[in-house]
Amino acid sequence: MKQAYAIETEGLTKYYGDFEAVRGLTMRVPKGTITGFLGQNGAGKSSTIRMLLGMSRPTRGNGRVLDFDIADEKQSIEMRKRVAYVAEDKRLYDYMSVGQMIGFTKAFYPGWRTEIEQKLLEEFRLPLDRPTKKLSKGMRTQLALLLAFARGAELLVLDEPTEGLDPVMAEKLLELVVGAAADGATIFFSSHQIAEVEQIADRILLIDRGQLVLDTTLESIATDFRRIRGVYDSAPKPATLALDGVQRVTVDGRTVSVIATRNSVSIAERMRAQSASAVEVLPMTLKEIVLESLRREAGSGRGEA
Amino acid sequence: MTLFLKPNPASGVPIYLQLKEQIRHACETGALRPGDSLPGIRALAESMVINPNTVARVYRELEQEGLLELRHGVGAFVATRAGTSRWTAARSGQMKAAQKAARTFVQELKRRGISSDEIRRLVEAELATHDGRVPLVG
Repeated sequence: MKQAYAIETEGLTKYYGDFEAVRGLTMRVPKGTITGFLGQNGAGKSSTIRMLLGMSRPTRGNGRVLDFDIADEKQSIEMRKRVAYVAEDKRLYDYMSVGQMIGFTKAFYPGWRTEIEQKLLEEFRLPLDRPTKKLSKGMRTQLALLLAFARGAELLVLDEPTEGLDPVMAEKLLELVVGAAADGATIFFSSHQIAEVEQIADRILLIDRGQLVLDTTLESIATDFRRIRGVYDSAPKPATLALDGVQRVTVDGRTVSVIATRNSVSIAERMRAQSASAVEVLPMTLKEIVLESLRREAGSGRGEA
Repeated sequence: MTLFLKPNPASGVPIYLQLKEQIRHACETGALRPGDSLPGIRALAESMVINPNTVARVYRELEQEGLLELRHGVGAFVATRAGTSRWTAARSGQMKAAQKAARTFVQELKRRGISSDEIRRLVEAELATHDGRVPLVG
């Protein structure tokens, strides 16, 4: 039986003492997608990843990764054989050399892809006999990526994979991600580099304070999300623009600006009907949308508190 | 691969539409001709550094539109069936002449002190009116 989702969570919650790092997170990552996992530092991304991979226990809620229950020890071990994970700190065994680290890892995985190992060794020019503790930050990242990509995993979980890489290496990494996706792997990656998410992802999940605030596709962002601006002689009440898809209306003197997740044509029509002159419909970048979503959430968060 | 340019994610045009346009354009200019093969999904995704699902979707849609033929296990080709291919020698000549006309037009407006941005807006507005669309700015 083939499940549709590589990752599914339901009300996933994690407390550290009194601090609620993840608050009832319900999300889905469809199989075969490249899904970007976005959020500010401290938003709960790493806590979520750690629970998904069985490195910490949820306080409440549940989750399945490749259809294995994350709370079940036995199932979690089976799941981890099929998942490759590159942590933010790129942990390695410091007493091993690069070559030993590769040999050690490869022994665990029957699906090891020697051609990927060779290709990456060559591209990254990693010194086989150097102890991993003497590698530069960039080289540690490269080795961690090699170990993850050569495993032939069904799901790759990458926490800030391009951090510490120069632009050329970062682009190489994205090529690897795209190649792994072409082989049928699901990629779930967190990143602060919004431009790279925009380039390769087909979905994004944005979390803020442990909760999901945006779950959409890049295609929907490009075709449906719009900023619509009009200039009025005297600005109308924002309520008159509360149409389907409108997220926010701001009035700044004579200019009214509407952020919409869809329905921009009708919104622009309404503004023209209100005799706005110069109505503009502008596409929004992922960066603008992320900032907008976080801004709004910050505002409503203060209201609740 | 130099046939296709890397897409611009921030342009407001979905990456899949940008790729589709690039393939159509390559067929119109004769850079790709009937029977020519296109790069494999994986190769094109890697070289453009875009999602392979996007490439697969573009190939599928262009097959439905009759521009490409997908041969299972072999790859994608520009359709050879008569009437489906867009490129002809005559068409190619037309495009060259049109390009020359566009160059003269731009030079003339520049001479009158119109800026590149202004020219772009004028052309966009004219096209929008011509196609019966509502212009983005209006």
